[in-house]
Amino acid sequence: MPKSEATAQGDTALAPAVVRHRHLLSIDDLTRFEAEALIARAETFIPLVEGRAKKKTDTLRGRTLINLFFENSTRTQSSFELAGKRMGADVVNMSVKSSSVAKGETLMDTAATLNAMAPDLLVVRHGASGAARLLARKVDCSVINAGDGTHEHPTQALLDALTMKRALGRVEGLTVAICGDVLHSRVARSNVRLLSLLGANVRLIAPPTLLPAGVRDWGADVFTSMKAGLPGADVVMMLRIQLERMQGGFVPSQREFFWFYGLDAEKLALTGKDTLVMHPGPMNRGIEIDSAVADDKAVSLIERQVRMGVALRMAVLEALAAHASNEGAAA
Amino acid sequence: MKPVFISGARIVDPASRTDAVGNVFVEGGVIAEIGAKAKAPQNAEIIDGAGKTLIPGLVDMRVTIGEPGAEHKETLKSAGRAAAAGGVTTMVVMPDTDPVIDDVSLVDFIKRRGEARAGVRVLPSAALTKHLDGEQMTEIGLLAEAGAVLFSNGSRPIVDSRVLRRALSYSSAFGALIAHRPEDPYLARGGVAHESALAARMGLAGIPAAAEYIFAERDCSLAEITGGRLLLDMISAARTLEPLRRAKAAGVKVHASVSVHHLTLNELELNDYRTFAKFSPPLRSEDDRQALIAGLRAGLIDVVVSGHDPRPPEEKRLPFDEAAFGASALETLLPALLSLHHNDDVPLMDLIAAVTSRPADLLSLPQGRLSVGAPADMVLLDLDAPFKFDAEKMLSKCKNSPFDARLMQGRVLRTFVGGETVYAA
Repeated sequence: MPKSEATAQGDTALAPAVVRHRHLLSIDDLTRFEAEALIARAETFIPLVEGRAKKKTDTLRGRTLINLFFENSTRTQSSFELAGKRMGADVVNMSVKSSSVAKGETLMDTAATLNAMAPDLLVVRHGASGAARLLARKVDCSVINAGDGTHEHPTQALLDALTMKRALGRVEGLTVAICGDVLHSRVARSNVRLLSLLGANVRLIAPPTLLPAGVRDWGADVFTSMKAGLPGADVVMMLRIQLERMQGGFVPSQREFFWFYGLDAEKLALTGKDTLVMHPGPMNRGIEIDSAVADDKAVSLIERQVRMGVALRMAVLEALAAHASNEGAAA
Repeated sequence: MKPVFISGARIVDPASRTDAVGNVFVEGGVIAEIGAKAKAPQNAEIIDGAGKTLIPGLVDMRVTIGEPGAEHKETLKSAGRAAAAGGVTTMVVMPDTDPVIDDVSLVDFIKRRGEARAGVRVLPSAALTKHLDGEQMTEIGLLAEAGAVLFSNGSRPIVDSRVLRRALSYSSAFGALIAHRPEDPYLARGGVAHESALAARMGLAGIPAAAEYIFAERDCSLAEITGGRLLLDMISAARTLEPLRRAKAAGVKVHASVSVHHLTLNELELNDYRTFAKFSPPLRSEDDRQALIAGLRAGLIDVVVSGHDPRPPEEKRLPFDEAAFGASALETLLPALLSLHHNDDVPLMDLIAAVTSRPADLLSLPQGRLSVGAPADMVLLDLDAPFKFDAEKMLSKCKNSPFDARLMQGRVLRTFVGGETVYAA
């Protein structure tokens, strides 16, 4: 893998990132160069999302973005909405309650209906793994996977990498420990793929019941205790655990989970260095992360992740829209 | 505590494979010196060990008591006295009490109560699932930190394979040992004896060997896919050794225990409908017993336990179908086990290992061995002394023993826990 960070950051950042694929369904759709280009481009939007520059561009004027959320997610949905609006796109939000899915329409029917509305960009969140790919096969526009079941959440991983790069100056060579419910986490899957692609050393720390089969082939170092997995970590990324997983099925209880796998100041000190803390949100305070750590501005990047999210999604929308317009020109 | 010097005893220590005459000097609760050259210090109590045998104190991995909840059957104090008389210096007590030991505070209760009252060492095992319901796993990590040395669902096998899989998987993060009784409760339901021609003739409902080996196959497979540490708890059937052998050969972390009853008795004990020979798992055929002995000799079976399960007369003096399973066994574990030595079935070293160093190693305990620095938990015995066992003289609160009036060989003379004498004949 070439060290292409400098190239990607340099001159190309001034222009929209270029990606080969029409859709962003998985980190596997990206090359290292493309991922770095998206991150570099997103960095140029940061002054804009932080209010230090004029808040809007018109790159996506006349384009239609549909946010199709089958699962509730205030954070991700508004992040895409803001990203689209700041670039001048027309944004339509469809959530499951207001759509006809609730009336028995299948995912395929929904796809056909939406396609008839001729959007340029379709952002989809669905509870079933593979739903985004299924939609992508049926519509003519670009599809962005905003989380499908326990499969992937590529823009989350990209914004996490962006956050790390801004905080620590690089991603390559960093040791990143991803802790918690790896089994059910699409964030973990996307992050392992992306961070490995970008040259970071990835570790996974979880109770054995929350590690997927075959996890040892993911290219990450796998640990079942924080004590073993945290030393030397530059970044600790905590995952959200659903409360219903902790009633004796996967984990005996919340208090046991917090005692052995929850991040508090004591466990954070196990890294033996100044370590930064991330969490994709929303947090279960006192279960996977202690408030004292989550709210400690000196170590917590959690708020910053949200800001980076808008900038990163602007870069993604821009890149895919450019792709769509090229196709349109060719047709 | 006065230092103790034992001179000229036959020292049998499986951990070091030692079988030689020598002296042992105990000071400060630990073995300070051992071997032929150890000299008697002036202030020590000198015990003449000539003609006697010194072995490590027994570590019994399966002791059921009635405390808390059924103190009329057995308390930590009464079980402790029985254990000391039987040469058992460490008891692992089962969690199927009332309440069930499934909470950190209860583990702590057993630990403290044991220390205060038992005289011998008491190590709590904790329930593997809450209320032993076979559904929700307990706080294995916190319970282990509180002092639970073993996780067991008592005599209630876990039917839901996914629950056992997750428990084995989760516990592997803590290196915890899971003891599980392999018995399909549906196949065993209603049974009171080994399913055989004999039981059929007697009109007793059978518990087929398949109830055991089917679950043993499953449990070994689950241990294999999870990497968890599994103890097949109290196996009884010859065919159960097959999955055990295969799993061990494949490097799976699986172990097995057998009760001393299943090594020394068979289904013929039931002939007069003797409820004192009613066990769960049931006493099986002579072929099964011989296979278990061979399994022990080959090291396939790691541990021998007493399976101590005291039952008062009102639970035992009943028609066979209605009587409770189990026997009071702390006091007969050692002499019954030694019958396998006297009959030349199993070498003495291997027999002693199965009740001392092997259970201690499975539980990561420092005792169970006679070596410098180890806790001075020891049993001085007359290996050959014959006696007629009298159940009425048992120290356990319940006298339900299948060995009553039986001729046995091998008498405990003195039992030490941490250098202190807790029993003297």
